[in-house]
This record gives sequence, structure tokens and C-alpha cells, in this order.
Amino acid sequence: MTTPRKYVRTEDAPLLPPPATEAGITGWLWQNIFASMSDFQSLGAAIRSLFMILFSLLLVYLFIDQTYGLIDFAILSAVWSDPEGLKREACWTVQQGGSLPDGWHGACWPFVWAKQKFAWFGPYPSEELWRIYLSLIVGSIGLVWALRERLPYRRQVGVLMLTLYPLLAFILLTGGNSDASFTGIGVWIIVGLALISVGRMGAAGHLGTIFAEFAGIFGIVGWGIIALNVVRGIVALDFNLTPVGTGDWGGLLITLVVALTGIVASLPLGIILALGRRSEMPVVSVLCTIFIEFWRGVPLITVLFMASVMLPLFLPAGVNFDNLLRALIGVMLFSAAYMAEVVRGGLQAIDKGQYEGAQAMGLSYWQTMRLIVLPQALTHVIPGIVNTFIGLFKDTTLVSIVGIFDLLGAGQSAVADAAWSTPVQAITIYLYIGIIFFIFCFGMSRYSIFMENKLSKSRRH
Amino acid sequence: MPLDERNNKGERVMTASSATKMQVTEEVIIRMSQVNKWYGTFHVLRDINLTVNKGERIVICGPSGSGKSTLIRCLNRLEEHQSGDITVQGITINNDLKNIDEIRREVGMVFQHFNLFPHLTILENCTLAPIWVRRMPKADAEAIAMKYLERVKIPEQAHKYPGQLSGGQQQRVAIARSLCMEPQLMLFDEPTSALDPEMIKEVLDTMVSLAEDGMSMICVTHEMGFARKVANRVIFMDEGQIIEEKKPEEFFNNPENERTKLFLSQILDH
Repeated sequence: MTTPRKYVRTEDAPLLPPPATEAGITGWLWQNIFASMSDFQSLGAAIRSLFMILFSLLLVYLFIDQTYGLIDFAILSAVWSDPEGLKREACWTVQQGGSLPDGWHGACWPFVWAKQKFAWFGPYPSEELWRIYLSLIVGSIGLVWALRERLPYRRQVGVLMLTLYPLLAFILLTGGNSDASFTGIGVWIIVGLALISVGRMGAAGHLGTIFAEFAGIFGIVGWGIIALNVVRGIVALDFNLTPVGTGDWGGLLITLVVALTGIVASLPLGIILALGRRSEMPVVSVLCTIFIEFWRGVPLITVLFMASVMLPLFLPAGVNFDNLLRALIGVMLFSAAYMAEVVRGGLQAIDKGQYEGAQAMGLSYWQTMRLIVLPQALTHVIPGIVNTFIGLFKDTTLVSIVGIFDLLGAGQSAVADAAWSTPVQAITIYLYIGIIFFIFCFGMSRYSIFMENKLSKSRRH
Repeated sequence: MPLDERNNKGERVMTASSATKMQVTEEVIIRMSQVNKWYGTFHVLRDINLTVNKGERIVICGPSGSGKSTLIRCLNRLEEHQSGDITVQGITINNDLKNIDEIRREVGMVFQHFNLFPHLTILENCTLAPIWVRRMPKADAEAIAMKYLERVKIPEQAHKYPGQLSGGQQQRVAIARSLCMEPQLMLFDEPTSALDPEMIKEVLDTMVSLAEDGMSMICVTHEMGFARKVANRVIFMDEGQIIEEKKPEEFFNNPENERTKLFLSQILDH
């Protein structure tokens, strides 16, 4: 029998409720607001606390003041309608010749309503607008369907959105009936079929063991050529729609086309580039690295400028790509390079044991990547991916440089309209454009947070 | 070691029927001859010659850095050897990817750090290879997975994620995952080294029951109780060479090599 010691318990200590500073509303306020400014134990601490209180009050004041200023400008003082068709005079003060009180400062929304169609779709012919509406409606339904949880056929809808929808939108927006020779398309399809057959024979080992190792590439290139030419063939069909050249596109339509193309193309391209850069085959790795470093080393403005001004100088006479198409390709390659580095960051976070576990079970390289490595790697870098998406969405405004009128460009040209000339004309339209950009970027940001929460469930302990 | 004590307590007594299953056949499953491997200039495997028959249970031990793990990782081409021949089930391991794929289908491996896939549930971890490598229908793969999860005594965890399981449970899942491919041979690379002491028993129990069912096994482990109990042969490696190979009783009772004696004194005397 050992002698009992004072610090050894003979019965359980009681479970006590937490102090007021740890729980409930007071706890929250204490921990988040007052903890840092309520120390009056010594003179120094008291001065510091007073400073913090004053500074906090100043920040609160600034926040309220600015928010009220914005609400006042955009809603309370704003002119909402122009029933008499006065145009600019509807937003003039007495001094300027209108009827509003002197010193008035508010948004002139009738100006935005009047420019609405132009800001959204640019000079797109009004009688053909149904084609844009149809593409937007189909696109929104498809997008929501593919992104929502627990809807049936979600995956299939997603695949259709990535394959058939761009084709549909392209035909609707341009009118199809592009000039392409069907003989040329036929020849290309035969070339594609030939490549696939060579690849098949190689894979079966008929053309030597060395060839068998990269026979798959022939198949991929072959299928790529066929797919491209089938698309070319379809858009060359006559759908009896009035052709609308991309020169007549503008506003939000351009912003969405450029941003969505960049977003949709950059992720798969970026994944392939990232895998290529980490490849054990030196040629593949070096090529991917050069590609990524080249596109990352050039500003987007330069890319767009080269694509639109310099490229035609190098092309043979008579060969002419669409201006928008050239900008799209530039944006795609540019964002793919950035995406590649984001994805590579995720790939590096994957433990070597994951590869070994997958290999030991007999999974092939592509199966390992698709089933094991990429799902984990991409989950790690969702914030980075969405960051790139949002950056890309905002960067689309740079296409104004090469004479393509996106949302911002359309807004700027609307400001030049003297019929609506008022002191608040520019600030109103920029506020409007800012709100549209905010809605899109904030939406992407929220979806990213939702995805992170959903996917991190598997890592919860 | 606790395994021997457990026998005295009668918790796991080898039955006559399981003992007959543990017979070694004449069929050769692994043949390594004059295998050499270097990491850069470091000669990690030196002239390894080893033949394993079907149904044999080999325990490889030795000090750290002696090349034990490298040796078994050469058997499914997680590591490449530079000279010598390795045949597994009559298939030669060389640069031919088809051979490697075929061998990996027949050889299961259990790792020190489990290497479960954290983004998949336990059931998905187990059905992945049967579905994608064996091209099995999902329902069949799930039936097999549940069979082996029951075998390792954790069917109730099937829909959890690896992160929600204890280390011992995770390692048992890893064993079940390998078994789902119904391999001819199992490789164990220090399966209990990363586990807390109280979880080692459950993993060793699983391995013992696997051995009793006649599975061919090569285990890199320092669990000497396990070696005594199930191994046909214990192989001692040092500095990339096999320097002693004996039946367990002899290995523990009268080791010949000085380095073996030193090693055994270090791990047994405390």
C-alpha cells in the first residue's frame, strides 16, 4: 500500500460550464472585438487600448459613410426612369438646364436602360437577338444542371455542355454556313482514319516493339483530326440563319465568349501541360516547360497584340483568321500556361506512396492519374484554379486593345454618346459594369468555396 | 513476443486443418538470379539469388538500409534492377510493360504507410483495381470487396473514408485491397512499423490467418514472433546481400553469422 499523495484525485473533478468569455454572443464579441482593446492594467496598455478604440470607431464611421454614399448614389438619389424621353435633360440639375435640384448627385439609370442592349450584345442585329437568348438560356440551364448536386444525368449533361453546346452556340451566334471545302474535310478525315489504323497496328505490335510504345499518340492525333473536321463540316452546313460576323458581336456577349472559352479550354490544357512538365520523358518535359515559361513570360496585352496585329503579317496572303478567333486562341494558350503551374503545385503535393499504391495494383499511368492523383491534386488547388478563372474573367477586358468591344469597351463607347451627356454619365455606366463583373466573379468564388467544403469531407477525421 | 504468449492463452491456436493448408508446393513462384541494383553509385543489392516456391512464407529481416525493401520492391517493378534475372510466375521482369502489368495483377503489396487513397471510401479503395484492371462489373467487385473486408473483420467500415479509421484498421483495409485482386503472392513491406503497439496485433493476426490459408508471402518485418510462427524460412540481409537463410527455429537459436547474432541480440534483448 503506497502512501496517498495530495495531488492524486480520489474522485472525478466536476465538469464546469465555460466562462462568459468563451461561449455565446458575449463570448463572440469578446474574442473577436473587445479582447484587444480592454486592457487598462497599466498606463501603456491603457493608451494602446484607447488608440484601438478610436481607430475602430474611425473604421466603422468610414464604412458606414461609404456604404451610405454608394446606396444614396445608386438607389436613393438616382433617377430611375425617363417617361418623357428627355434623355440627358432627365439627369440635369436646374443650373445645367434640367429640373433636378442643384448639387444633385445620383445615378442616371435611364442612360443604362437605353444602352442596355448595346452593353450586353454590342451591335448584334436586334432582330437576331433571339439566337443569343436561346444560347444563353440553354447554356444557363446546362451549367446549373451540371453544377448542381443530386440532379439526374449530371455527368452526361456536363459532357454535352463541353462538346455539343459550344458547337450549338457557335452555329447560333454566327449563323453557321462558314466557307469550307467539303473535299478538303473529306481528305482530312481520311488522313485521320489512316493515323488511327497505323496506331492500332502499332499497338498490336505489328510495326515493331519500339513503335508500340508511342503508337497511342497516333490514335490521339487521328481522333483529334477527325473531330476537328467533323466540327468544320457541321458549321459549314447551311442552317438558313442570317450570318452575323464576329465584328458585330460586342459587350457582355464578347466577355462571356472569351472568358468561357478560356476557362473551359485552360483546365484540360493546363492539366496536360502540368503532367507533361513532370513527365519522365525528357523531350516531353522540356517542350512543356518551354511552352509554359514562354506564355508566362509574356503579358496578355502583348499576346493579344501579336495575335491581332503581327500574326496576319506572317500569314500568306489570302489566309485570314477571324480577329476574335485569334484573340480567343491567345487567351486560351495564355491561361493554359498559368493553369499548368497551378495544377503542378497540386501534383507535387501528392505523396509518392499514392503512385506506388496504384502501380502495385496494376493501374496504368493514365488510370493512376485520372483515378488517384488528379482528383486529389485538383482538390488541393481549387482556390488557385478559381483564382486563375477570376483573373481570366477580368482580363478579358484587355481585348478592347485589339478593337474587340467587350463589356467595358461597349460601356466606354456608350459614354461617348452626347445625347446622354451628363456629369454622372461615366460613373453610372462604370458602376453598372462593375456590378455585372462582381456578380460573375463573386459567383465563381462562392462555388469554389462550396466545392472545397464538399471535397474536403473525405479528408475529415 | 506477444504472438507466442497468445498461443499459451489459447486465443489463436493453429488447427490441424490450417496446418495442412500451409504446405509448400514444388512450383516455383519467384526466381531471382544474380540480381544487382545500384542507386547512383551506391550498390544496394549485391548478387541476390533467391528462389521461392508457391505457398512459402519468407520473412526478410536485417538492419535498416540493408536493401530488404528494395529487394521486394524489385519483385513488382516499383524499383528497377540493373542486372540479373527476376521471374515471377514464369514471367520475366524487363522493360516490357505488358509483363510488368501482368505481374502486378498477380502480386499484391502492403506498404508501411498503407498508401490507401484518401479521397475514396474503403469500399471504393477495394473495388478500384478489380474494376479498372480486371474489368470486373461493379457489383461483382463489391461482392468480392465485402468478402475480403469481412475476412479482415471490418465490413462495417466499408463506407467510411480512410482518414476516419485507426492505423491498424487502415492497414487491414490495405491487406483486403490487395486480396481483392486475388493475387498469387503477397509482399509486405514493414506492415507494422508505422503502427501504435496496440494495433500491431490485429494486423499480425490478419497476416497469420492469411498464411494459414496457404498464401505465398514475402514479409519484410521485425516482428520476430510472427517469423517464428509462420515463416518457412527467415532471410537475413546486410549491406545488400543475403548473408543467412534458415528455418526460423534454427535462425533464432543458433545463428551462424556474427552480424546476424549482433542484430538478433539488438532486437531481442531488451
